[in-house]
Amino acid sequence: MKARLARVARGAVGVAGAIALAELVVRTGLVDAEDVPPASTVLLRAAELFADTEFLTAVADTVRAWLGGLLLATVVAVALGLLLNATPWLNSAARVVVELLRPIPSLALIPLATVTFSSVTQSKMSLVFYASTWPILINTLYALRDVDPVAKETLRSFGFGKLAVLLRVSLPSAAPFVATGVRIALSVGLVVVISTELVAGGGEGIGGFLMDSQTGGGQTDLMLAGAVWAGLLGLLANAVLVGTERRAFRWHAAGTEAA
Amino acid sequence: MTDVKAATAEKTAGAARKGAGKPGAGRGLRLLGTGIGRLWLFVLLMALWEVVTRIANGSFFPPPSEIVAALHEIWFSGPASDLFLTEKAIEDFKPSFTNLFTGWAIAAVSGVLLGLLIGRSRLLGDLLDPLLQFLRAVPPPTMIPFLLVILDLDGPLQITTIAFGVVWPVLLNTIDGMRTVDRLQLETARVFGITGLTRLRRVILPAAAPKIFAGLRVSLGFALILMVISELIGQTSGIGAHLVLAQQSFELAEMWAGIVLLGVLGCLFNMVFLLVERRALRWHVGAKRLAD
Repeated sequence: MKARLARVARGAVGVAGAIALAELVVRTGLVDAEDVPPASTVLLRAAELFADTEFLTAVADTVRAWLGGLLLATVVAVALGLLLNATPWLNSAARVVVELLRPIPSLALIPLATVTFSSVTQSKMSLVFYASTWPILINTLYALRDVDPVAKETLRSFGFGKLAVLLRVSLPSAAPFVATGVRIALSVGLVVVISTELVAGGGEGIGGFLMDSQTGGGQTDLMLAGAVWAGLLGLLANAVLVGTERRAFRWHAAGTEAA
Repeated sequence: MTDVKAATAEKTAGAARKGAGKPGAGRGLRLLGTGIGRLWLFVLLMALWEVVTRIANGSFFPPPSEIVAALHEIWFSGPASDLFLTEKAIEDFKPSFTNLFTGWAIAAVSGVLLGLLIGRSRLLGDLLDPLLQFLRAVPPPTMIPFLLVILDLDGPLQITTIAFGVVWPVLLNTIDGMRTVDRLQLETARVFGITGLTRLRRVILPAAAPKIFAGLRVSLGFALILMVISELIGQTSGIGAHLVLAQQSFELAEMWAGIVLLGVLGCLFNMVFLLVERRALRWHVGAKRLAD
C-alpha cells in the first residue's frame, strides 16, 4: 500500500514537472507562443470546456457513436465467433477472408463511408463497427479454441445439452479474452470516430469541434484542450473496462494477468 | 497459435518436398483439398459480389473485376523497366512511403532509446508512467488540426503525426521488456563483471528483444493507418490524397482500388516484418510465444 502511494506521488511529481517544463519552454520564448500556447492556457481552456454545453454535446456525440459501434461489434463478433467455432468447415475458409479484410486500414474506408451513408453518425458507427469487429472476433476464436475440453466433456457426460455447455463452460472461460479484445477495440474505436469526424466534417463530435477551431483562425489552445479531453476519455473508458474485468473475472487467471 | 499452424505448414511443405521425388499424386490431391477447403468462401464471396453488383448496377459498389482493372490501370500498367509502376504510382507511393517509414523510423529509434533509459531506472519509470499513459491515450488524429496550424502540409505534418502516434507501443514495450529481464541473468552478468554497454548489448537487449519487436510490428501497422488519415486531411499527394480525389470526383472504382491497395500494403508490411522478426529472433525460446 505504502509502495503504491509512493508510486502515485512520483507520478504526480512527473506530471507536474512535465507541465512546468512545457510552460517554461513557451514562456522563455524557446518555442514561439504564437504557435504553441503555454501549458497553463491549454489546461485552463480544457477546464472551461467542461462547462461549455456546445463542447459537451460534441463529446456526447462522439461517445455515442464510439460506444454504439463497439457494442454492436461485440455482439456480432462474439456471435460470429461462436458460429465459426461450431462449424469447422466454415471456420478455416472464414479465416482466410478475415485475414484479408483485417489489414485494410479502417480509416481508408472513410471516403467510402461518406459516399455510402447520408449522415456522419452512420458513417462513424459503421466504421467503428468495422474496425472493432476484428480484434474481438479473433480473440473470441482463440479463446473458444482454448476452452478446456475436460470441462466440456464432464458437463456432457452429466447429460447437459449443447446450449448448457456453451453457457456454463465455453462462454465463461472465453469471456476474459473476449474482454481483452473489447479493450483493444475500444482504443481503436476512439481513433476511428475522431478521424471520421475530422475528415467527414459536418462539425459533429470532438473531431468536428477540432476542425472548427482550426478553420476559425487557428485557436491552438482550444485544439490542444480538445486533444486533452480526447486523451482523458480514452483513459477513462480503459480504466472502467479494466476495473470491470478485474471485478468480473476475479476467478480467472487471465483477468489478473491482463490487469 | 499461428505458430502451431505455421509449424504444421512448414512440416507439410517439408513433407511435400521430400515426397517430390516419388509420384505423389495423393499428396497433391490432399494439398489441393486443403486449398479448396480454405479458399472456397473467399472465391464464393467474390463471385457473389461480382454478380450482385453487376445486377444492381449501383455506382457506389463497383464489381471486383472493375476494381482490379482500375487498380492495374492506375498504378501497375507502367513499363517493365519501372517494375510495371506507372508515373502516377511513383508520384503517389513516393511521398506516402517516405513519410510512413521516416515517421516510423523516428518513432522506433526514439522509442527504443527512451525505453532503454526509462526502463533502467525504477524512479524514472514511476515519474513518467502516468504521463506516458495519458499521451498514449490521446488519439493521434486529434493532434492533426493543431499540427496543421504549426507545420508544413506536405511531409512534416505526416511524419510528425506518424512519429507521435506510433512511438508509444515501441516505448512502452521496450520499458516492459527491460523489466522482464531475468534476474538470474543479470546477477550472473554481475558475477562475471559484465557491466555497462556490454551488459546492455549482451544481456538486456537480447532479453528485451521479443517485446521490442512486438512493439515495432504493432507500430508499423498503426503507422500505415496514420499515414492514411494524415493524407486524407492535409495532403495534396500520396495514396490518401488519391482516395479523397477519387471520392470527390465520384470515381468509385478508383476509390475502391485505393482501398484494396492499402489493404494489400497492410498485409504485405505485416508479413515482411514477421519474416524479419522470425529470422532475428530465431534463437529465442520466448520469442515464439510473444510473437503472437
